[in-house]
Amino acid sequence: MRDRLNRLALNVAAAVIALAFAAGITSVILLATGHGPWDAFHKMWDYGTQANSMASILNGATTYYLAAIAVAIGFRMNLFNIGVDGQYRLAAMLAAAFGGSVALPSGLRQLAIIVVAMLVGAFWAGIVGILKVTRGVSEVISSIMLNAVATGIVAYLLNPKRLAVANGNNVNTKPIPSSGQVGGISLISGADTKVYGLLFLAIGVGVGFQILISQTRFGFDLRATGRSSSAAESSGVNVKRMVLTTMLISGAIAGLVGMPNLLGESHQYSLDFPAGLGFTGIAIALLGRNNPIGIAFGSLLWAFLDQSSLILDLNNIPKEIVQITQGVVVLSVVVTYELMRRLGLVRQQRAVGRALARPRAGTPAPEGASA
Amino acid sequence: MTVRDPAAATADASQVRADRRIRSRRLTAPQLLLAAVLGLAGLSLVRVVTHAQDITSAGTIGATINLAMPIALCGLGGLWSERSGVVNIGLEGMMILGTWFGADFALITHSAWMGMVGGLVGGLIGGAVHAIATVTFGVDQIVSGVAINILALGIGRYLSGVFFSDRPGGGPTQSPQVDRFGSLKLPGADTFFGKIERHHWFFVSDVAGLLRGLATSLSALTIIAILLIPLTWFVLWRTAFGLRLRSCGENPAAAESLGVKVYTMKYVAVLVSGMLAGLAGAFLVNFTAIYREGQTGGRGYIGLAAMIFGNWRPGGMVAGSALFGYTDAAQSRQGSASIHALLLFVALILLAVGAWALWRRRVVPAAVGVVAAALVFAWYKATDSIPAELVTYTPQIITLVVLAMASQRLRMPAADGIPWRRGQGT
Repeated sequence: MRDRLNRLALNVAAAVIALAFAAGITSVILLATGHGPWDAFHKMWDYGTQANSMASILNGATTYYLAAIAVAIGFRMNLFNIGVDGQYRLAAMLAAAFGGSVALPSGLRQLAIIVVAMLVGAFWAGIVGILKVTRGVSEVISSIMLNAVATGIVAYLLNPKRLAVANGNNVNTKPIPSSGQVGGISLISGADTKVYGLLFLAIGVGVGFQILISQTRFGFDLRATGRSSSAAESSGVNVKRMVLTTMLISGAIAGLVGMPNLLGESHQYSLDFPAGLGFTGIAIALLGRNNPIGIAFGSLLWAFLDQSSLILDLNNIPKEIVQITQGVVVLSVVVTYELMRRLGLVRQQRAVGRALARPRAGTPAPEGASA
Repeated sequence: MTVRDPAAATADASQVRADRRIRSRRLTAPQLLLAAVLGLAGLSLVRVVTHAQDITSAGTIGATINLAMPIALCGLGGLWSERSGVVNIGLEGMMILGTWFGADFALITHSAWMGMVGGLVGGLIGGAVHAIATVTFGVDQIVSGVAINILALGIGRYLSGVFFSDRPGGGPTQSPQVDRFGSLKLPGADTFFGKIERHHWFFVSDVAGLLRGLATSLSALTIIAILLIPLTWFVLWRTAFGLRLRSCGENPAAAESLGVKVYTMKYVAVLVSGMLAGLAGAFLVNFTAIYREGQTGGRGYIGLAAMIFGNWRPGGMVAGSALFGYTDAAQSRQGSASIHALLLFVALILLAVGAWALWRRRVVPAAVGVVAAALVFAWYKATDSIPAELVTYTPQIITLVVLAMASQRLRMPAADGIPWRRGQGT
């Protein structure tokens, strides 16, 4: 128990150090370009904590959370699903086209749209999995390529001649009627912005993820494969099947990424549907240490930075400064986690050394040498 | 310089053995020349049959050079980094930094040459971040690369907002016009080859088109970029330094135990890699005379793909870049008509591959080749254009197919992507 607390403390310390470092770099850049950092942070905080902003932050975080969980499940077994980006866009596009054209009663319709999205996401990720287990292709390379191909397919299908309708300068899929939408909730008092109903889906996915990882045999195999695939293989785990299954699950969750926005706000897939969420998901999964609670904090932080930066443009500071902050956070957080890991190893080795040096009659080592 | 470095020689032993096995299958110079002539003849035949005159025109060749160079430079960057054992997904981000700094330097100094320097500086910054994170701190290389891509996007946007917005013609997403390199034209070549090209003779006009394209679309920057390719080959494969660098990507423990400074080698490799990606960015800026957000369009990833396509070797990487650059050029100039004509060319190649396999009495590959050729030919007959949206992503699709078909024959550096800590081998 004490050991776990120790590890938690190290992780939290690492995250705090990384955030402080990122804030420092951001301040330097702001100062160098002639803006006062303190004033900027103050304005961001004021704006970001308004009721409407908080609702928007929850909405943004819902989407980010799903993307990060999709990435995290791969990370837990050393599988880098960099293709979440292509998976969610293709899934959202096809699910939107499906939802706009199919006639199903309310309730069933939303469910069907979500299932289609999950299937498409799983299919696209499944290609990566199959290439990896049958042909030994690195999942990183193939999913980068498939991201680009997904962009091409979406561009091809999102055409008035095919699955879309023209709408002024924009092109979009047929809107999903209200019987297929998921209404918002007035969760935050005093806010006009409603919170996505699918917030609860994201929470459910997080809980499901934790149960899957820590309570099931599959989760045990998954973590074992992540630690050492050869050890897992020799203890009877079918690693190839694990790779394929994990990719399918990761892809299915990736398929959900576009759903809160699609069913709760835009109701259609158009050219301006949010892009690049898959890469944000990678960043947040890293920040949250692939842990559902950590990822929740990471998503909220990310969404807060996004939302609160909107005020900066009104103060003549390009709001893109927070993208620099976010990038620095990711880089510094992986560095500090690595340093803390090394520090933890050193401390553990010392503890073992002390315990072994002690005479046998003494009490067992209080630090707990096993970790 | 002779190869006498014992450290690297030992570390490289497995590579030598693997190379020897491959060498028996590797093409010699005359064979390559023959393949090139046959390829051009095939294209010429397709041009005569389909009247898609643009597929070997000087314009297309010139566009191919200009579109292939950024890809090749990124591929070259990938080669440096990965040969030293550091995977570089951050090429895209380093390229973005190269475009921004390239445009900014060129804008401030009104000099295209300074734009080139700016590209190198921007890429160097990205490379330095990647080197510090992956070599010194041992962070996962792919993670660091992804983070650099996120970071570079933000830096480009923020700095444009600050520095370009209040200049005439500039804005938060683009720079004002910048100075470019003048094109170097061979006197007389344009008219002479142009005359032959306009006759549309079989093969002769295609050669003229190729030469005219070469003679009219070069600039000092293009020539420098082209020269970097043989230079890289020479440094990495023909010097002791290159052997040491590559030994770090194959077996860092062996290299270190024999006295190679692994950290230094990796630092040099990743910094050079960043500079090459940055130069690719400067090349793009020079091509369009402007910095624009999203200008790199994933070319860093395509460069990576070209390197993998080329089996982590410069010759293959160049072939991949040329192929990807050519599809891009054919598509952007005449759109789907040219590409549609190229379907016939693809069918021809597949047929040739099938015939070759039959000659070697390998029935199954022969059948696959012939059936694939027939299918592609049917596709050609049944349609009269290919959707442009899909053509754009031909490089990625080709890479996927190559990976799926030949991944067993591809051989990446043995220790590529594995974090290395000093003294780990002892």
